[in-house]
Amino acid sequence: MGKSMKVLFAVTATFVCMSAFASGGGEDLEKSEIDPGNINSLQRGARNFMNYCSGCHSAKYVRFNTIGKYLELSDKQLIDNLMFNAEKTFETINVSMRSGDARKWFGTLPPDMSLMGRSIGADYIFNFLKGFYIDPDSPTGVDNHFLPGTSMPHVLWELQGYQNAIYDSHEDAEGNVIREFAGMEPATAGLMSADEYDEFVRDTTNFLAYIAEPIRSERRKLGVWVMMYLIFFLIIASMLKNQIWKDVKK
Amino acid sequence: MTDDDLDQIDRNRRHFLAIATAVTGLVGAGVAIYPFLASLKPSARAQALGAPVEVSIGSLEPGEMVRVLWRGKLVFVLRRTEEMLKHLGDNLDMLKDPNSEVVEQQPEYAANATRSVKPEYLVVEGSCTHLGCAPIEDFEVRPADHWTGGFFCPCHGSKFDLAGRVYNGVPAPTNLRIPPHRFVRDDLVLIGQDAGAA
Amino acid sequence: MSRIESEVGKPKGGLMKWIDDRFPFTETMKYHVTEYYASKNFNFWYVFGVLAFVVLIIQLLSGIFLTMNYKPSSAEAFASVEYIMRDVEWGWLIRYMHSTGASFFFIVVYLHMFRAMLYGSYKKPRELLWIIGMMIFFVLFAEAFSGYLLPWGQMSYWGAQVIISLFGAIPVVGDGIVEFIRGDYSISDITLNRFFALHVIALPLALIGLVFVHIVALHEVGSSNPDGIEIKKKKGSDGIPLDGVAFHPYHTSKDLVAIIIFLMLFCAVIFFAPEMGGYFLEYANFEPANLMATPEHIAPVWYFTPFYSILRAVPDKLWGAMLMGGSVLLPMFLPWLDRSRVRSIRYRGWIYKSALTCFAISFIALGWLGTQPAEAVYVLAARFFGIIYFAFFLLMPYYTAIDKTKPVPDRVVYHG
Repeated sequence: MGKSMKVLFAVTATFVCMSAFASGGGEDLEKSEIDPGNINSLQRGARNFMNYCSGCHSAKYVRFNTIGKYLELSDKQLIDNLMFNAEKTFETINVSMRSGDARKWFGTLPPDMSLMGRSIGADYIFNFLKGFYIDPDSPTGVDNHFLPGTSMPHVLWELQGYQNAIYDSHEDAEGNVIREFAGMEPATAGLMSADEYDEFVRDTTNFLAYIAEPIRSERRKLGVWVMMYLIFFLIIASMLKNQIWKDVKK
Repeated sequence: MTDDDLDQIDRNRRHFLAIATAVTGLVGAGVAIYPFLASLKPSARAQALGAPVEVSIGSLEPGEMVRVLWRGKLVFVLRRTEEMLKHLGDNLDMLKDPNSEVVEQQPEYAANATRSVKPEYLVVEGSCTHLGCAPIEDFEVRPADHWTGGFFCPCHGSKFDLAGRVYNGVPAPTNLRIPPHRFVRDDLVLIGQDAGAA
Repeated sequence: MSRIESEVGKPKGGLMKWIDDRFPFTETMKYHVTEYYASKNFNFWYVFGVLAFVVLIIQLLSGIFLTMNYKPSSAEAFASVEYIMRDVEWGWLIRYMHSTGASFFFIVVYLHMFRAMLYGSYKKPRELLWIIGMMIFFVLFAEAFSGYLLPWGQMSYWGAQVIISLFGAIPVVGDGIVEFIRGDYSISDITLNRFFALHVIALPLALIGLVFVHIVALHEVGSSNPDGIEIKKKKGSDGIPLDGVAFHPYHTSKDLVAIIIFLMLFCAVIFFAPEMGGYFLEYANFEPANLMATPEHIAPVWYFTPFYSILRAVPDKLWGAMLMGGSVLLPMFLPWLDRSRVRSIRYRGWIYKSALTCFAISFIALGWLGTQPAEAVYVLAARFFGIIYFAFFLLMPYYTAIDKTKPVPDRVVYHG
C-alpha cells in the first residue's frame, strides 16, 4: 500500500470514528438504552403513546397496519387497543384536536411525533419525559429541564409523581451568584416507582424511535445479504482481474 | 507441459472466470433493478385510498339508485323493483352476452340471471364498455320499443338492460362490469371486496 | 492489394456490417475501448474517475425514481419524502441510495481531483481536461445545493437562506440578485419549484454533457500515469505504447474490482448507517422547515464546509464571500500556477511534497472546522488554515520553480 494511501486511510478512519460520536443532543443526557429488537417493549410503548400522547400529538406519517405488522398485532388487537379515533387499520395516527384549538390552549401546536426519534433522538426524549419539575410561575405548574418554557403539561404526573429541581448556588470570580442545576428531588409520589417509571418512559421512547424509521430492522437484515453477495462477487472479479493481468510484463 | 498447454489452461481459466463474473454481475444487477420496478406498484397510500367502500342501502327505495366512487370509478347501486326483476329475462335474444359468458366482466358469484349477489340489488360499474362514458338511467318501460328499462350511454348510443347486459347492434362489446362486492349486513354493501374474503 | 484501409478489422457481413455502414460503432469501440491504451501502472488513485461515473449513474437512476413520487411544493415536499420512505415499496432504499450517493459523489470527486494534484494530471497537454473537470465540479456544487433544498427540512431551508443571502454581499446589485435567484421576497414555494427544475433537468443535462466532453478530451490526449510519463513516446513495432495495456480487458477488469469495493462501502452505509452520524443525513432535516425558528447550528452539508470555513473566517461580509468564491475558483488555475518541469510527485522535490501535505491537512481541517460553531479558537484555526490554503496556490509559481526535482525515467515503474 503506497504511503499516500496509508495517510488517506488514517485520516478517513479518524473521521469515521469522530462521526460515530457526533450524535444529536448537547448537554449530558442519560442514555436511554432502548432495545429496538424488544417487541414487547415496543408493544407497551405503542400502548403508552396512544393512551397518553396521541390526544395532543399526532404521528401523521405512521399507519396502524405498519405498526401492527412489526409489533405482531392482529387487526382486532390494533382496533381494540390502539385505535381510538381511527376506523380502518390503514389509517395514520392523527389527533382529533383541531389545530386552532391547540394554538389557543397551548399557544403552539403540539409537534408531530413521527420523526422525533430521528431529529431530536431517543436519549433526549427519554430525558425529556423524566425532566418535568414543579414551577409555580408556569401556567401548567411545571417546567421541563430539557425544554425550558415548554407549554406541555406533565402528562405523566400520575405515574411519576412530581419532582423539584435543585440548584447549587455559588459565586463566580466577579462575585456573581450562579445557580447550577444539581438534580431532581421527588416531591410527591406517583403510581409507579422510579424504576417502573423509567421502564415506562424507556418503552415509550423505544416506540418513538421505532416509528421514526419503521424499516430499520429490515434494512439491516437485508444489508447482511447484500454484503455477502458483494464479497462473493469481489472474490470472483479479483480472480478474473489477476488472470487477465497475468501476462503483463514488468 | 508445453508452453502451449499452459496457455490453453490460462485461456480456459480466463474464459471460465469471465463467465462466472458476468453471471454473478447479471444476477446482482437483476436483483438491484427489482426494488426500482417494485416501487412502481401501488403504494401503501394508494392501497389505503383504494380500499373497499361501504354503501348504506337501508334507506334505498325500490327503483332508487345511488352513485358512489370506488378506486376513482363510478359504481351504481340500484334497488330493482319486483316489476324490473320480473322482466329481466324478456329480451335475452336481443343481448350480446345474455348468460354472462365473458368471465372478465363479473365475479363468479355474479354470473347469474340477475348478475348480482342479492337479486334485488344491482351493483354495477357506471362505465360504458365501449369507451368509458358514464351511462345514464333509462328505467321507463317502453313496450313498443321492447325496452324493459336499463341504461343508455349518451356518447355513442350503447344500451344495457337492468342487469347491465349489453344489447345487440350497439358499439359496446361487453356487459357492464360488476365490481367485487359483498353484503356486510342486509343494509350495508361493501364494494371492492369479494364474498368470502375477510 | 486494393483493400480499403478503413475497412480493415471490421465485420465483413451480417448485422454488424449493416450497423457499421450506418454508424461508427466498431471504430468507436476500437478507438475508445478495445484499442485505447492506458498505462499499466495505474494505482489506487486512478480509480476515482470511473467511480465518479458509477455514482453519477446511481444518482440519475435513483433520482428518476424519487421524482416519480416527490412533490415539489412547500406544502407537500416534506410529506412526500416521508411517503417515499414509508408508503412507496422500496422507496426507503431509493432515498438512501440518493442521499448516500450525494456524499459519496463528493468523496470520490475530491479524491479524483487530489490525484491530479499528486501526479500533475492537469499539466500540458491536459489543461483543457482539467478545466472541463473544474466545470463539472462547479455544476456538481450547484446540483448538490439545489438538491438539498428539496426535502424542505429545517437545514434545507435555513442552509439555503444563508447561502443565497451571500450574494447580497455584492455591492449595488446584490439584493436584486438575491431576489432574482429566489423568485420571491424570501425563500418560498416558488424558490423550491425552480430549484427542483434545476436539480432534476437543467443541471443533470449539463453534468452529462460535461462528463461526455471530459472523456472525449481525455481520450484525445490519452491518460497520464503515476510517473507522469507520456507512454505514447515509446511505442512498439505494432504502434502500441510499450507501457500501455488496452482499456478492455485490462482496465475494465481492474476497475470492476474497484467498483465492487466501492459498492461494499456504499452499501455498508446505506444498510447500516445511512445517517452517518448526522453527516450524510442531518438530524435537523428530519424536522419540517419552520420559517419562524432557526436551528441552533446552521452548517452546510459536510462537502461544502471547507469553503464555508473560509467564508466565516473573514470578518467582512463581502470579503468573506469573495474569498470563499476565490477558494473554489483558484484550483482552476493550477496548470499555470504549477511551474514544475515534472508532473508526478514521485519526481518532485521536498518543497512540493511538503506544500501538498500542508494543503491536504488544511483542506480537511477547514472542513472539520466548518461543522463546528464559530467560536474563538475555531475561528483562529480557520484563519490559519485558510491562509495555508491560499498560500498553496498563490505561492506555487515560486516554490515549484525552485523545487529540486529528480530525473524522470523513460518507462513507467510497474511492479505487477
